[in-house]
Amino acid sequence: MPSETEFEKVVDGVGEHSPLDLIERPTKPAERQVTEVASTIEVTNLDIYYGAFHAVADVNMTIPPNAATALIGSSGCGKSTFLRAINRMHELTATARAEGSIVMDGQDIYAPGVDPVEVRSKIGMVFQQPNPFPTMSVYDNVAAGLKLNNRKIKKAELDEIVEKSLRGAHLWNEVKDRLNRSGMDLSGGQQQRLCIARAIAVEPAVLLMDEPASALDPISTLAIEELISELKHRFTIVIVTHNMQQATRASDYTAFFNIEQSGQPGRMVEMDRTEKIFSNPTHQATEDYVSGRFG
Amino acid sequence: MSSTEASTPPSQRGDRVFGALAKGAGITILVVLAGVALFLLVEAFPALTAPASELPDGKSLIAYVAPLAFGTLLSATLAILIAVPLALAVAIFISFYAPKRIAGTLGSIVDLLAAIPSVVYGLWGIVVLGPAIVPLHEWLADHLSFIPFFAGQASATGRTMLTVGLVLAVMILPIITAISREVFLQTPRKLTEAAYGLGATKWEMIRMTVIPFGRPALISASMLGLGRALGETMAVTMILSAAGVVSFKLLTATNPSSIAANIALQFPESSGIDVNVLIASGLVLFAITLVVNMTARWVIARSNLVNA
Ligand SMILES: Nc1ncnc2c1ncn2[C@@H]1O[C@H](COP(=O)(O)OP(=O)(O)OP(=O)(O)O)[C@@H](O)[C@H]1O
Ligand SMILES: [Mg+2]
Repeated sequence: MPSETEFEKVVDGVGEHSPLDLIERPTKPAERQVTEVASTIEVTNLDIYYGAFHAVADVNMTIPPNAATALIGSSGCGKSTFLRAINRMHELTATARAEGSIVMDGQDIYAPGVDPVEVRSKIGMVFQQPNPFPTMSVYDNVAAGLKLNNRKIKKAELDEIVEKSLRGAHLWNEVKDRLNRSGMDLSGGQQQRLCIARAIAVEPAVLLMDEPASALDPISTLAIEELISELKHRFTIVIVTHNMQQATRASDYTAFFNIEQSGQPGRMVEMDRTEKIFSNPTHQATEDYVSGRFG
Repeated sequence: MSSTEASTPPSQRGDRVFGALAKGAGITILVVLAGVALFLLVEAFPALTAPASELPDGKSLIAYVAPLAFGTLLSATLAILIAVPLALAVAIFISFYAPKRIAGTLGSIVDLLAAIPSVVYGLWGIVVLGPAIVPLHEWLADHLSFIPFFAGQASATGRTMLTVGLVLAVMILPIITAISREVFLQTPRKLTEAAYGLGATKWEMIRMTVIPFGRPALISASMLGLGRALGETMAVTMILSAAGVVSFKLLTATNPSSIAANIALQFPESSGIDVNVLIASGLVLFAITLVVNMTARWVIARSNLVNA
């Protein structure tokens, strides 16, 4: 799309200067993004266990499409556990087991006969630690998921998707001259954006992110947050974060998880619009947590 | 810095002691290696300088050693070609596919293969494996004889280069499997999860993360196996009735021997210049092994560079 680059040039000329100028960013996301209809996720009576340990109890929530939903709560309350259950990643832990239902696009992803591999190609994941494939180039990292799902993809088409994904992750200008170099040569923040590019390249409906910026410096963190605000026009996003500012900046909805005492399962206390959770939550526990009075 | 030497903290003293020990061990190995090389050179020297007429069969040293070196390389290469894919498959199966209960047992069985003395492998090759694969020999000779390796009259006893290759492959299987398993299990979880998170199947995950991660180790392990196959004596000695030829035909009864097997066979009855000739052949084996190992180091260093 040549018009896109032209637009960037115009914007660059006008652009106000901030530390973020070091990093690629869309200055007017609303104008650049066409909203695509992503998927709603309906979680009903979800319980998650590790062997005999009941880790998460009775979660009921509706994760709205084309929005970013933040999961907050103290350490160990089961945010990661819950997040991983959404694309059945929890099954990689031998003892983990989930009961209940998660319906996406009218299909219960826990129903018998549903292939977890299929689920994960529709619900992508970005992890706390950047994890590009160390033996692959930048290009191959982005193309990795595409090669899985569609082996007979043409080179030209692949090139196009790789570029689009890297642009989507605000990484294109930084890596376009070194697509064939190892992904490990990038900085931590660049690696995390590479992982985001890799995840969005397969066009999932949902993107799960587990503390995606916690290993990054403040500028890279802001870059990721901007990216999230932009990506939610195309995907449904669920993001775990310990950073309250991040939740307020990047999310539309917030779900607060809590654990009454250790040994007890974690539960979702409430979920609401982010402004409401942070200004006027329904429950006292939420109020205490978001205002820093917990413990 | 010399002023601080008197007050070296104990922790640094420990470092120094350990450093000195490690250095000592390293030097010892080099000294032993140099000693062996020197011994081989000195003892081989008479054979290197003697005229052909004084050597066994009146052949020149090169004419004598060449078929043996050829047989050594052929049998070891064959063994590696069979063992590496097999070991890879076994290691992947045990690490990722076998049910937990079976995996442990299977792993131990493979490890146990390493504890069997090579005489037993030799016997097994003659008595069990050789006869058992005579039909395979015949089938290959009938249908694939256009491939030079499978040309010629198939042996009726199964005491062939192919059998030797298979026996050697079984012998080096455990070391390659064990190292591969060890390394595969160390594949960082964040990489395997990255692959699964993209919607990879288990096999795709293995191809994307486990094998690239384990590749340098797999190469090292293969080279260790190759080293063992090159130097293997008993199994080859017992299975092949050597004919001092250079032949790529794997299925016939006429086969080259290997250097190690030939030394084992000839040494008891040799004296004088014949002993020097055998030692000269040993020198060649030493050189081959050295070259193989150095090549392996080089390959690994290069693949690490690519990975870094
Ligand atoms: N693989 C596992 N096996 C057994 N128990 C586990 C496992 N992973 C997590 N748990 C337990 O489940 C509970 C929830 O853990 P989880 O990692 O989901 O918490 P979290 O909310 O993501 O915490 P944090 O904010 O520190 O990341 C904890 O009590 C933890 O000890
Ligand atoms: Mg967590």
